[in-house]
Amino acid sequence: MKSFVFPEFQIIRDEEKCGQCRGCERQCSFGTHTYDPLTDRLISDDYKCAGCQRCVIFCPKDAIVVRPTQSFYRPNASWSREKIEDLKKQAETGGVILTGCGNDKPFRIYWDHIVLNASQVTNPSIDPLREPMELRTFLGAKPDLMDIDFKGGDVEIKTKISPHLMVETPILFSAMSYGAISYNAFKSLATASKQFGTLFNTGEGGLPRELRAEFGGNAIVQVASGRYGIDAEYLNCAAAVEIKVGQGAKPGIGGHLPGEKVSQSVAETRMIPVGTDAISPAPHHDIYSIEDLSMLIHALKEATNYEKPVSVKIAAVHNVAAIASGIVRAGADIIAIDGLRGGTGAAPKAIRDNVGIPIELAISALDMRLKNEGIRNRCSIVAAGGLRSSSDIIKAIALGADAVYIGTAALIAMGCTLCQKCNTGKCNWGLCTQDPRLSGRLNTEIATKRLTNLLNAWSHEIMEMLGGMGINAIESLRGNRDHLRGIGLYEWELEVLGIKGAGQ
Amino acid sequence: MPRIRRELYNKEICACSIFGAMNRDGERFTGKGVMKAIANMHVRGNGLGGGFAAYGIYPEYKDYYAFHLMFTGNSPEAKRSAKIGFDAFLCENFDVVSDDEIPHSDEVVVSDPPLIWRYYVLPRKQGEEALLSDEDYIVKMVMHVNTKIENAHVFSSGKNMGCFKGVGYPEDIGEYFMLDKLYSAYTWTVHGRFPTNTQAWWGGAHPFSLLNTTVVHNGEISSYGTNRWYLEMYGYACTLQTDTEVIAYAVDLLMRRQSIPIEIVAKILAPPIWNSIDRMDEKEKKLLTTLRMVYGSLLMNGPFAIIIGQTGKMIGLTDRIRLRPITAATRGEMFYLSSEEASIRLISPVLDSVWTPNGGEPVVGELNNMRTVL
Ligand code: SF4
Ligand code: SF4
Repeated sequence: MKSFVFPEFQIIRDEEKCGQCRGCERQCSFGTHTYDPLTDRLISDDYKCAGCQRCVIFCPKDAIVVRPTQSFYRPNASWSREKIEDLKKQAETGGVILTGCGNDKPFRIYWDHIVLNASQVTNPSIDPLREPMELRTFLGAKPDLMDIDFKGGDVEIKTKISPHLMVETPILFSAMSYGAISYNAFKSLATASKQFGTLFNTGEGGLPRELRAEFGGNAIVQVASGRYGIDAEYLNCAAAVEIKVGQGAKPGIGGHLPGEKVSQSVAETRMIPVGTDAISPAPHHDIYSIEDLSMLIHALKEATNYEKPVSVKIAAVHNVAAIASGIVRAGADIIAIDGLRGGTGAAPKAIRDNVGIPIELAISALDMRLKNEGIRNRCSIVAAGGLRSSSDIIKAIALGADAVYIGTAALIAMGCTLCQKCNTGKCNWGLCTQDPRLSGRLNTEIATKRLTNLLNAWSHEIMEMLGGMGINAIESLRGNRDHLRGIGLYEWELEVLGIKGAGQ
Repeated sequence: MPRIRRELYNKEICACSIFGAMNRDGERFTGKGVMKAIANMHVRGNGLGGGFAAYGIYPEYKDYYAFHLMFTGNSPEAKRSAKIGFDAFLCENFDVVSDDEIPHSDEVVVSDPPLIWRYYVLPRKQGEEALLSDEDYIVKMVMHVNTKIENAHVFSSGKNMGCFKGVGYPEDIGEYFMLDKLYSAYTWTVHGRFPTNTQAWWGGAHPFSLLNTTVVHNGEISSYGTNRWYLEMYGYACTLQTDTEVIAYAVDLLMRRQSIPIEIVAKILAPPIWNSIDRMDEKEKKLLTTLRMVYGSLLMNGPFAIIIGQTGKMIGLTDRIRLRPITAATRGEMFYLSSEEASIRLISPVLDSVWTPNGGEPVVGELNNMRTVL
């Protein structure tokens, strides 16, 4: 059937500059560029281009420009080009449209409507280059009251404190499974978190055995509905265990790793046969209620000898605050919430673009709810889904998060250009692929450096902003909405965020 | 569904002078000296707030809780009617042993004074409240009055002690309440205030107090929002929207309810930095790490110097990087704390020792014999 969808991108090659080195041909996994020996020219097929910009960056002559196509349908506010094309594609295939990355629709991004405070006169700002500025963060359940014993100047804490995670910066790497991402990308995340003193999350694809001894201490291992790659050693080598209930990019939906991506090593790690589809069901088949979740939490604590905090990750949906409150009462030490903009390796586009609520509102609603119920101490909140910069992170903390997970941002640091083709397994940047030719493009040392650089840069920026507010320890900003003001928001939005408008 | 009102924080900001004097033998003295000392720091205030806490002033009523109340309103009638409303509540929940209007001098001109009344009471706990300790019961009732009863405000609620405060320079407030003539205390703490952003309100002056704990404070707490929600989870309603109130409540929570000694409390309010903690020996490191982990939300961030008054104790503490220093001094049995050394020298030219404590390190003056005041 002839497709009626025209290309998204237009490739323009400057023939004057092009040296016919065929680099672009080798770079593109989608087969966009081919060499024509007759004319000694490179030919590009716009239809195949994913817009990942790999060839543009790697062309030694700077000869290529890839830009959105100039063609357009008659402009129509209701029938946008995307709507028309999605419909056409479905008419041509009869299938669900799959995509990668996070929601790209113009829902309000609250980060961009919130401004931060700074000290003037009455309270000196603090210069992080001269004074201590502390980002160390502990994640886990805190006791309400502590029983401290004093005997002759000797102090002893009698209350048994639940296990905690310590990170040197409140930025953790979000769940990205080996299988969805390449071995090199996975290992780079692990190495960077170890070097920086933070944590990475294995996602639901297990933790390759050879990485356990070295990186287990920096790993949060996931237990998801597919239960891939789980054994006692997997749970016990880690810093913490996370039960994945939902994901911001696809709340209410399970996962599907196509058989083509299940290589020998992925199969071993997931404990499934090579080449089989790895399907994670939408719900956990043993969790149909909060009581069931509570049992799983305690089973995992039992399995890890009560030495590791247990986190529960849910997607930010309408009743996120009430649900999370139940989860805290069920015994979770950490609640990870993943907002509307959270990324994914593959999700139905209709779900990705329409289900869930923005993380900003979810953090605030959850924090306030737990405070009102007097149980905020009993868990830490880790926020995920759409954090793009250090300022987003500091705002998340002021709205009540203890720390954040970054997924998309970490991928971008390693080279991702948000082309949204992760589901194809052909990622030209070596990130979301199991093709050894492609994943080999990602040099773990360089990728690790790029990740630690990012953590370093963002941590410094957070310090600068904290110092500006006259605060020298990150815990003093947690839930401290005093330091935030909203701009261009409706009254109900300010209410949910618990902040005043600018100038108020 | 009714819309929940958006929670707005209205924090006020002020710079100030603080002073404290204590006789560690428990001998009582009038407020004359401390009034002179605080007057010497006149320029640190702007006449929009001054106040005193005095310990040991009601020996004849020492077994009763002394409530100091402010009744506000636009007219004398409004103030009276606020009092009538409060009296009804009081009689239902307390046995009132005696009450009177707190004497004041009409010669001192102060702006819009509220009606200020004093009650000596004992709790009358009913039903489930019988399970509460007397002190928890008082805290609950004080929170109730200050949040629910309009125009009535409890600003002092301890035994054998009391706060006196208002809008004006502290030395004027002292004269208004005739502290140099009517009261003798073994500990006095004083505060002169320089609020930068609120309208003057009598209740907004320092000290802030709950039961026997009083706090006078100089500085601004940038962690206010975090401290406040933490305390609210434990039932402390921060109604006055000042930094100082959260310190008073934090001290109550830690020292009274959890019986943690001041040395440890100081490590919670103004903990050492991680760099120092990481270098400590294992035991200390574990203790301080746990304290910071559990009580991180009570870390008071930003510049502050405070004087905490308690029965038999006066404590000085500054923030962990000492952005607002305090001076401590002793002379015989006298123990002084002040924003400025000159004020101490003014009333005690010769001193045995004078020092500036390190950031986060509490200086504690204690009665040599608690029995002298109990
Ligand atoms: S990579 Fe650049 S120079 Fe090489 S063939 Fe392609 S367009 Fe020409
Ligand atoms: S990970 Fe790769 S495929 Fe996915 S969006 Fe980024 S560049 Fe594209």
